[in-house]
Amino acid sequence: MTLYHIMKIKKYVNHAILYSLLILFGITMVFPFLWMLSTSLKDPSQVFTASLQLIPDPIVWKNYAEAWEAIPFGRFYMNSVAVALAVTLGQVLTSSMAAYAFSRLKFPGRDSIFLGYLATMMIPGMVVTIPVFILLKSLGWLDSYKALILPGVFSAYGTFMLRQFFMTLPADLEDAAKIDGCSLWRIYWQIILPLSKPALSTLAMFTFLGNWQSFFWPLVVTSSESMKTLPIGLSYFQDIYTTEWTLLMAGSIIVLVPALLVFILNQKFITQGIALTGLKG
Amino acid sequence: MSWVHNEAFVGYCFIMPNLVGFLAFTLLPVLASLIVSFTSWDLLSPPRFVGFKNFIDIFGFSLIPEAALASWTDYLFVWQYLTPKDPGFWQYLYNTAFLMLGIPFGMICSLFIAIVMNRKLRGIMFFRTIYFLPSISSLVAVALLWRWIYNPDYGLLNALLGFIGIQGPSWLTHPLWAKISLILMGLWSGVGGTNMLLYLAALQGIPQHLYEAADIDGANALHKFMHITIPMLSPTSFFIFIMSVIGGFQGGFQSAYLMTRGGPGGATTTLEYYIYNNAFKWFSMGKASALAWFLFLVILLVTMVNWKYGGKKVHYQYI
Repeated sequence: MTLYHIMKIKKYVNHAILYSLLILFGITMVFPFLWMLSTSLKDPSQVFTASLQLIPDPIVWKNYAEAWEAIPFGRFYMNSVAVALAVTLGQVLTSSMAAYAFSRLKFPGRDSIFLGYLATMMIPGMVVTIPVFILLKSLGWLDSYKALILPGVFSAYGTFMLRQFFMTLPADLEDAAKIDGCSLWRIYWQIILPLSKPALSTLAMFTFLGNWQSFFWPLVVTSSESMKTLPIGLSYFQDIYTTEWTLLMAGSIIVLVPALLVFILNQKFITQGIALTGLKG
Repeated sequence: MSWVHNEAFVGYCFIMPNLVGFLAFTLLPVLASLIVSFTSWDLLSPPRFVGFKNFIDIFGFSLIPEAALASWTDYLFVWQYLTPKDPGFWQYLYNTAFLMLGIPFGMICSLFIAIVMNRKLRGIMFFRTIYFLPSISSLVAVALLWRWIYNPDYGLLNALLGFIGIQGPSWLTHPLWAKISLILMGLWSGVGGTNMLLYLAALQGIPQHLYEAADIDGANALHKFMHITIPMLSPTSFFIFIMSVIGGFQGGFQSAYLMTRGGPGGATTTLEYYIYNNAFKWFSMGKASALAWFLFLVILLVTMVNWKYGGKKVHYQYI
């Protein structure tokens, strides 16, 4: 056996170990989901059998229909999509406008205002949540789309992130546009925004994901069934059907699958965004 | 109409929407919450100024009534006669700290996965997607799944433990095991997520020539790991650690709410949960605000540690 062969065998053994680790770990991650899927298709009488029977027999599709009818999932979906979209649009628009002013325009008080933004970024959400709740309550806005959307729209973090990005854009294009008599409004709309698509879409994606999964705020401000977002609706579903595991699992799958599909389709973009910004989804 | 194109005017116009929202939903609320923390307010009757009462109620101690404090030794050991005014607060502070014990384990697991991921094996993207799934899944669904896994009678975990002859505990209804259960669930859903990606990016940023130089010097894999990888990753580790600690202090509500409702007997209630209870269950806005400000000061402290040591001592200088 030559050294070449020994090296080659060593490499195979090495890879075999690595792959078995990856697979073992992958099973730990995926098996609970598979089990959820399996339970969601079982007959209620078979749920408690101690054996780990993964493929249900018979396959009970009607669990899904029942779960879908049990609570207004469609409404919750619509609420979640509407709220997340509105917050995302609002945040990208207002943050990018402010970031443009902070990075490109000169006006008295600019840097002290920006410093104020920075200073509030590490304040825990709880400090802000209580007075905002009181404010919305006194305005009579609790349990409305206004309460779900408005507080999320204005983000110091989004402004900060976009400002940092705008600072890296070369000034040449703007200078040329200014010489040609282009207004500041058009520079923002036709030069800065198109050049910043990667940063804007990263911010949009995280804002959307964050709002999609948001739990605390919708829990606090919504009370009627028609205002609940998907996570709150699912949790409410769990409170009602405490022990009907097949229905609960079917409901969870209904909530999970679209989000997972969106993630899998965009995963390269999402994971790159996280590595770049250190932000959580 | 030259003022329309005046740079300062345009500047104010551009920040105005964001600034108004920032004032209404961030800056003024922060100031308001400080004021509220000195009041007693149930949102039904008007707020009453009570000075430092909320803070004393939270952090204060009272003497046991029957403590006589007769001799000077009693004064010396006065702590024996003190009982906290709000035992719940100290318990929840302890719970919050206890749940943060998961942070180092999570970091080690994330680093380990990142190292395997960094080997550029075939099909690695597939595994990366799989490991990321729990982080992207709705925690409400994940919590349901884990309630099922932890079920003492027919749950997956006790079934698996049964195979190797161990009688598993009743996970979510035992004060200690309930905390451990939440940590385990957090590990499962977090290790393949953000932190792993941060480690992966950091690993890819380590200059290859350091390893080559070590190879020439005859270093083995363990040496290289201990003396190149770990030090070169220290800024990332420090960043992840600080962020996790900051997150840990103000977290824990959602998973505890969904898994145990903070029980049994408050064993999984964290500070965040306690604030939620005070503000939105018992409507004592004053006490809730005081607690939130305590949290703020703790986080400020952690952030200052970060500023002091973050950039300097941990960063590894290489030539």
